[in-house]
Amino acid sequence: MKRFLIFLPLCVAIVIGLAGWWGLNPDRDPNSIPSALIGQPVPDFDLPAIEGIGGLGLSTQDFGDGSGPILVNVFASWCVPCRAEHAVLTRMVREDNLALVGINYKDKPEAATAWLTELGNPYDRIGSDETGRAGVEWGISGVPETFVVDANGIIVFRFVGPITSDAALATLRKALAQAGADKS
Amino acid sequence: MIPEIGQFALTLALMTAVVQGILPIWGAARNNAVWMRSATPTAALQCILIAIAFGALMRSFVVSDFTVVNVVENSHSLKPMLFKVAGTWGSHEGSLLLWTLILAVFGAAVALLGQNIPTSLKARTLSVQAWISTGFLSFMLFTSNPFDRIFPAPLDGNDLNPLLQDVGLAMHPPLLYIGYVGFSIVFSFAVAALIEGRVDPAWARWVRPWTLAAWVALTGGIALGSWWAYYELGWGGWWFWDPVENVSFMPWLLGTALLHSAVVTEKRGAFKSWTILLAILTFSLSLLGTFIVRSGLLTSVHAFAVDPERGAYILGLLVLSIGGSLTLYAIRAPKMDPGGLFAPVSREGGLLINNLLLALATATVLFGTLYPLFLEAITGDKISVGPPFFNASFIPIMLPLVIVMGVGPFLSWKRADLPGVFDRLKWVIFITLISLLVVWYMQTKGPALAVLAMAIAVWLLLATLREWSLRIKLGQVSFSESRDRLRRVPRSSHGMTLAHAGLAVCIFGFVGSSAWKSEEVLFVEPGTQIEIAGFDVTFEGTERVQGPNYVAAVGVLRVMRNGRDVTVLRPERRTYPVAQSQTTEAAIRSTPAGDLYASITEPANEDATGKWTLRILYEPLVGLVWLGSLMLVLGGLTSLTDRRLRVGSPKRKTPVATAPIAGE
Repeated sequence: MKRFLIFLPLCVAIVIGLAGWWGLNPDRDPNSIPSALIGQPVPDFDLPAIEGIGGLGLSTQDFGDGSGPILVNVFASWCVPCRAEHAVLTRMVREDNLALVGINYKDKPEAATAWLTELGNPYDRIGSDETGRAGVEWGISGVPETFVVDANGIIVFRFVGPITSDAALATLRKALAQAGADKS
Repeated sequence: MIPEIGQFALTLALMTAVVQGILPIWGAARNNAVWMRSATPTAALQCILIAIAFGALMRSFVVSDFTVVNVVENSHSLKPMLFKVAGTWGSHEGSLLLWTLILAVFGAAVALLGQNIPTSLKARTLSVQAWISTGFLSFMLFTSNPFDRIFPAPLDGNDLNPLLQDVGLAMHPPLLYIGYVGFSIVFSFAVAALIEGRVDPAWARWVRPWTLAAWVALTGGIALGSWWAYYELGWGGWWFWDPVENVSFMPWLLGTALLHSAVVTEKRGAFKSWTILLAILTFSLSLLGTFIVRSGLLTSVHAFAVDPERGAYILGLLVLSIGGSLTLYAIRAPKMDPGGLFAPVSREGGLLINNLLLALATATVLFGTLYPLFLEAITGDKISVGPPFFNASFIPIMLPLVIVMGVGPFLSWKRADLPGVFDRLKWVIFITLISLLVVWYMQTKGPALAVLAMAIAVWLLLATLREWSLRIKLGQVSFSESRDRLRRVPRSSHGMTLAHAGLAVCIFGFVGSSAWKSEEVLFVEPGTQIEIAGFDVTFEGTERVQGPNYVAAVGVLRVMRNGRDVTVLRPERRTYPVAQSQTTEAAIRSTPAGDLYASITEPANEDATGKWTLRILYEPLVGLVWLGSLMLVLGGLTSLTDRRLRVGSPKRKTPVATAPIAGE
């Protein structure tokens, strides 16, 4: 018993060391928050277009038509990081030829229109979520937030915060590529 | 040029550390006095070289030398001078340099001040200390060089994280590191004693001042950190059981245990193997803290930039130092003789309970901190362990400890007379019960645990004061004789009284501010009125203020009580354009009875233009948290000035000869 006790601290240290070694895995991000929606179909929602912008609104029916992955970006004109992210998204749409739709979260139509007129509109469709109800359905924790929905209408990826760093962009591209590959 | 001198000095310091790590310990094995004595000059030289490197980095910050990457990333030419200096240790690289500097300072201090330590023990201790230096110096030079240059140099820097631009926090890392790293020398002493195969009361006495110094600094560091969190984060809390807080708290808990078990080793020759183990584990937990904070292993509000390569290197250092020392311990410890015998009810018995409970509390905090990591490794689930777990597990362990703390100092060594002790404490018990009822009456709805904790704190405070008054025979003999006794009682006893009373004061603060605080969070517009804890608060609007490197919106809150003006609170929301971030400066009105605390954040979204989010709290007794911490620090310092730590230590084998006066 005594001999066992003498070795106990060493054993505990080894277990902690192993856990620490495992934890250093560079792909692991302790800050990522898993979303309950991953692997689930797109929630039920139906949003009108932003008044004054024209174009189409966004609803559950717009997903799962089998054409390819869709990037869903939640944004607002009052959100400063969205402004930085906007440029990145615009470039992605231009270069990667992807389908980008937007949810304009808790925003006044005039303000959103002015914002999109100033910065340009990279979105194929934008749903105006003035009440924030659709945001609740999507389970967002803040703005901006971005989801990848695959061709079958299943949410496969969620990113919290602005996609401005190279690392964030790389993660998003990887998720998009995987979503696209799963289609076949 | 200056940064290159720093880099060169650092490289030379690594060489010196390698020599210091080999020569003295080899000399001790071969009984070569010259090689053993080489530890003193090498330790001093190493310290000087690292100080030169540190000075070089600090100069780069002071003159804003933007050819150095570290300065670019953590400074800005418009930053106030104090924060330019503090920026030196604001980054991962700079703080690591501070870490090694303190390590070397402690090594040099032992080399130069520890003249009564036997040559062989000193040589081995300094060699072990140099191994740690070697590990961290190489870590710095190979993975996190603070002197890396950048070309072309940018026009200005990125600014230090504004949250860290604060006087309290500028001082927090140095104090915390003195605490963390101070335990390294105790660790080195322990490993040296294991290598030498000899632990005796004299050893415990040589180690004691270093343990105390580290403990004092760590206490101060933690208290400053929590004070900073209190007024800077704007949540009104002072402890969040965040992983980074926990990793500084664990060495403190175990260091406290070490402080007490070393007394038993010193006075009675018992607990030897346990004291050695505590010395090793305390520093191991400091290292674990360094690892967790710098590897991004756990999610936390405070963290450095994360780099897996660095994490792997520190993990390697941990495996060598912790694994090595614990293996050595497992081999050597069974051969140590158990030392003095004692009855269950005795000073030793009391300190044993103290040690068991503190170790258990440390294990609880360690488990709660690492549990998310274990769970994720095994099942992949992500959870976070928060205050409910720690409050439910930690507090029930600490309360019995505090009860025992009240009695402990009354117990005599070897065998104590428990009925006699309770006889001397009967008034204390009586008053404690009365105050229990009074608190219960005042806070009938208050949580039972809080009422109990309040009473236990009263118990500790009174019992501590009673022990002190008995020691100087206050009231039993003439006042002048009491005063005379006051002078003759060893300072370490006064230190103990002060520290124990300090903990009681802390508990008043802990309980008052967490169990009985009032809190309101609401949207306010100019003219909004709030009533909180008897205060009528009116939000009068916001003003814009331009600071040196920020702009601030200052909320104006008029506080009235019973129709009379009390004060105007001015909480600030600062925006730092360069660092692109914001900080909260809470406005606090402190009184001994409690703090009225307000912080504001800007409108949350478009719908709420002009509406500010105001958080206003009344926290009873919260100031006592820091008053008590200050008493803990002063108690430690008083104990550190004790005569027996200053004048000649006992010669080995005759440790009983210089027992101090007045029943310790």
